[in-house]
Formats: sequence, structure tokens, C-alpha cells
Amino acid sequence: MWCSERWSKLNRFSRLFALLAMAVLAGCGKPEFSDAERKTIASLALSALPPLKDDTTNRFADVPAAAALGATLFFDAGLSGDGKVSCSTCHKIDRQFQDDLPRAVGVGRTNRRTMPLAGVAHDSWFFWDGRRDSLWAQALAPLENPLEQAGNRAAYAHYIKARFGERYERIFGPLPDLSNVPANASPLGGDAEKAAWSTMTDAQAEDVNRVFANIGKAIAAFERSIAPQQTRFDRFAAALDTGIQALPGDDALSSEEILGLKLFIGKANCVTCHSGPRFTDGGFHNTGVPPVKGLPPDRGRIDAVRQVEADPFNCFGAFRDGDASACGELRFMVKAGPELVRAYKTPSLRGAATRAPYMHAGQFSSLEEVVAHYSKAPASVEGVSEIHPLQLSDRDHAALVAFLKTLAE
Amino acid sequence: MASLWRYVLAGVGLAALLAGILAAVHLTAPQAPRLAGSEIARSKETANGLFVASFEPERGVVRQGELQSWLLTLKTNAGTPVEGAAITISGGMPQHRHGLPTSPHATDYLGQGRYRIGGVKFTMSGLWQLHFAISAAAGSDTVVFNVVL
Ligand code: HEC
Ligand code: HEC
Repeated sequence: MWCSERWSKLNRFSRLFALLAMAVLAGCGKPEFSDAERKTIASLALSALPPLKDDTTNRFADVPAAAALGATLFFDAGLSGDGKVSCSTCHKIDRQFQDDLPRAVGVGRTNRRTMPLAGVAHDSWFFWDGRRDSLWAQALAPLENPLEQAGNRAAYAHYIKARFGERYERIFGPLPDLSNVPANASPLGGDAEKAAWSTMTDAQAEDVNRVFANIGKAIAAFERSIAPQQTRFDRFAAALDTGIQALPGDDALSSEEILGLKLFIGKANCVTCHSGPRFTDGGFHNTGVPPVKGLPPDRGRIDAVRQVEADPFNCFGAFRDGDASACGELRFMVKAGPELVRAYKTPSLRGAATRAPYMHAGQFSSLEEVVAHYSKAPASVEGVSEIHPLQLSDRDHAALVAFLKTLAE
Repeated sequence: MASLWRYVLAGVGLAALLAGILAAVHLTAPQAPRLAGSEIARSKETANGLFVASFEPERGVVRQGELQSWLLTLKTNAGTPVEGAAITISGGMPQHRHGLPTSPHATDYLGQGRYRIGGVKFTMSGLWQLHFAISAAAGSDTVVFNVVL
């Protein structure tokens, strides 16, 4: 054949040169990213997610039997005041552990949107405003919130003993004697529950609180297994990293998606807050998202500081396992400052494209609205927005949305 | 044998050519803001020259997204350790106009003018600034350390 004949006639030097030239040309055909961009893209890939850290404040965090009991409790509507609401009523397993509603509905209507749970165990603060400092302390809040599960801790302790006594004791040790504990009692409940709580001895209160905390620890052990999924973006990032070109249609990103990615990590500054493999810095920011008309004032992080400090189940409290060296986040928490006003936790953007609506009270119903908000950067009703207006064309808007979709397929 | 040398030579030549191209691309590409060596120094004089301060991670390495302890060492110009200093810390990312995600503070005095600063956390890559206000017997002064991640 002509080609192979010619090829063999070329001297070895030319052959080598030709091969190298081909390699260089092939390289030029790839999407071009600067070294800094490549570094940022690699930092966003799921492969950059570190293994889950031990939670020394919950010594059952990685005990399989605790996680199994936690899973049962997560889906058990018996764990509510009216017997109808479980964690999974709002955190739906087939919907990324959220409910597609602007504001969650349990026993009553809440004022915040249900948060998806993938990778939540990597966080230091929980809820939109971070008013809890551990996954296990977080789980106790909806159980007693009158708008969510609307139960009380004495009733939960009795319920655990009656229903899951054996399973509980195999994990946590003997259940306390609850025979003289009122059927319904809590320091946070209605007047009757508060009154009943005040009749209990300190030892009884401690017993009930211990069972209550262990419910949280079992549920937290289960939640640690809810992990973010590989997406098209991750396959693209892996291919970019190894230099092996992706197959078109699978791992490859379209030119529009690549433009969106470049804007996300460049001109649009999204990566300032949506950083790392979960696309969140875990911090709190005021982004000027408007409040929902008719809802009570919501001041975000600034009001959560006191709440987490006052929580008896926080890291400094009596129900923490391990020593206080695990409490650094609480100890070095920013407690004051104008930047905390209407600051909310940066949400992960993995899977966001397929779970509208958005923001802490479901203010926006589409990604287009979200991007339009960032582009305009309106002032905050209270406090100061960290977002600054962007000069984005219609094409840029569409590209950012297109890129966000690669994080959900 | 001779052909092997030709390969080696060709290889070296091509590598040089590629390096040249890469260098040209690299030099013309826009760069992240760079700071001169003195600006990211881990040791410097305080603003009014009252102290010499140095600031470094206690375990030697900076880890993004983790709470870490750093050591602030304070000496006078004559090299005497500064004891009993009151230190307050603020800072943030000037390019993104946001503050620190934690509120670090001096947790222990370790002797020899060394203060342990607990709760230092850098949540993203880029330029961070930490401002120290220092009061000691010799007077009050300030110093800013830049940390680039
Ligand atoms: C009525 C619906 C509802 C129920 C029931 C409910 N949640 Fe939630 N969940 C929410 C809402 C709404 C938020 C955000 C609330 C806020 O910020 O004030 C949230 C937040 C969370 C978070 C914080 C996620 C993060 O990223 O900070 C976790 C974890 C969580 N819920 C777990 C649970 C568990 C465990 C249960 C059951 C014990 C439960 N939820 C019951 C609606 C619900
Ligand atoms: C200053 C930090 C910051 C920057 C910069 C930022 N975000 Fe956000 N983002 C947040 C915070 C905080 C929220 C939640 C705000 C709220 O609920 O009030 C959020 C929410 C979102 C949501 C909704 C997710 C959900 O589950 O509700 C999307 C989508 C989003 N951002 C995309 C972007 C894009 C795209 C950019 C760049 C144009 C960007 N963000 C820039 C902090 C930031």
C-alpha cells in the first residue's frame, strides 16, 4: 500500500517527528483550559471528595446496627405527634431526599425549603442557617418541631422502648426505667408538655434526653451513607485530568456546557462559594435572595448563633461522645458581624438541576431565575449581599444553566 | 548504535521545541495575581516596627477547609520574646470581599514569644489576609499576613 510504503521509507527521525506532531495537533483539538482552570476543575470533581471524617462526638456513627436502626427510624411515621410524618415525608429517598416544594409541609407548614441530603455528613453546620452543629443534634429538631414531626421526647423514649427496645439495647445498652416518666413531656413542647417535664426528676430528664440523643445518633449513622453520585461533569473532569479524550455524547461536554463551566469558575465567580467537590464551601453568605412575602422575618445565620449556643445537644453539651477537641467549629464560630445577617448555608449544586425550586424558602422556580438573580445582584433587604452584578449575555445565561445540568446527569 | 543516538538527539531536540512552545503559551496566558516574595513572607516587622512577627501553621502544612492551629511568634527588634501580648485577629479574602469563616484567637502561650492561634480555616484557594492587632508592654502595633492557597 502506498501509505505504508511511504511510511516505511521515511527515516526513523521523521517518523518520530510525525508522531509527535500528531500528538500535538490532537491536543489542540481538545477544549482549552489554562492550568489554573484545570486545577479548579479537578478540585470540583467528585474524585476530590475526601473520605468522610470520623464523628468522634457520635461513637455509633459508623456502627452498622446503629445505621440500620437509624434507617428504620428515618422512614417511621410512628416517630411523630400525629403518627403520619417521618423524616422521609419531606426527605424523599427517590427525590434526592427532598420534596420539590418551595416550603416543607409536615404536621404544619414550615417557612423553609427541605434540604437535599447527599453528602450532608461532610458538613460542619446544619439547616439553612446552621443552627445545629452535628448531624445527630440536627435530627432531634424536626422530631419536636410542631410544624414538622410535632412529637415530644418523653413520648419518643416510650415509643422506642415499646417498639425497638431490643434493637436499641443491643446498640446503646440498657434502656432506663421509664415507668414513672409522663407519656408526653418536653422542655420545648406546649404548656402541658412543659409542665409535665418540670415534674420529672433530673435523673429522669437525663434518662429521656439520653434516649432522645441516641435516636439522633442512630439516624445520623444512617445519613452518613447518603453519598453524592457520579455525574457527567465528573466523567468529563476525570477524562480531562488523565488526558484521555472522552467519547462524544458520554463524558464530553458540549461547547455550550464548556462555556458555562468556564463562566462558573471564571467571570461569574460562582466557584467563590460553590467550591470543592460538593460545590459548597460549607459557609454562610448573604446573596441578596429576597424574602417571601407574608412569611415572618428570616434573618438567617445571625439568629442561629444563639440557638446553636443554647442547644443542650451541641458539641459542648453532656451528650457528646469523645472529648471537646472535636468542638473546634463551635469554639471558633463567628458569633457577630453584619455579614451574618440574612446569610444562608451555601447549598451543594450537585443534582440541583433536577430538584427545583431553589433557595432557602423556594424563592426561585427555575435555574434560569437563579442565574438571572446572580446576574442582576439586587441589594439585600437586610444586611449586605456579597454578590455583584455580572455582565452576562443571554448566551452566557444559557451556558451557565447548561453547565449546572451536567451536575445532575 | 548510531541510529540510537539519532533517536536520543531527536528526542532532546523535540523536547526542547515543545518546552519552548509550552513556555510561550504559558507566558502569554493570563496569570492569577502574583505577590512578591516579601508580601507572602511568614516573618515580618509590624507596621510601626515595634515587633518582629512570624506566622506559620503549627503542623507545617496548610490544609484547605480544615480547622488548624497556627503559631504567631513575637519578638522585639533586639530578638527578645514578647510575653503577655493581647492579640486580636480579623481578616478575609480581599479579592472576594468576604471575611473569615471562623473567628481564630490565641488559645495558649507556649513560651519564647510563641502564641498558638486556634481556629484558622481557609475554605477556598486564593489570597487570604490575616490582620493582627497586638498589644504588649512595649506598645500596640499591627501586622498583616498574606496566605496564598
Ligand atoms: C416537614 C418536613 C421535614 C421533616 C419531617 C424533616 N425535615 Fe429535615 N429539613 C426540612 C427542612 C424544611 C429543612 C431546612 C430547615 C431550616 O433550615 O430551617 C431540613 C433540614 C434538614 C437537614 C439539614 C441539611 C443541611 O444541609 O444542613 C437534615 C440533615 C435533615 N433535615 C434531616 C432530617 C431528619 C433526620 C429528619 C427526621 C428526624 C427530618 N429532617 C425531618 C424538612 C423536614
Ligand atoms: C457569595 C457566595 C455565592 C456565590 C458567589 C454564588 N452563590 Fe449560589 N448560592 C449561595 C448561597 C448562600 C445560596 C443559598 C441562598 C439562599 O437560600 O438564600 C446559593 C444558592 C444557589 C443555587 C440554588 C441551590 C438550591 O439548592 O437552592 C444555585 C443553583 C446557585 N446558587 C448557583 C450559583 C451560580 C450559578 C453562581 C454564579 C453565577 C453562584 N451560585 C454564585 C452562595 C453563592
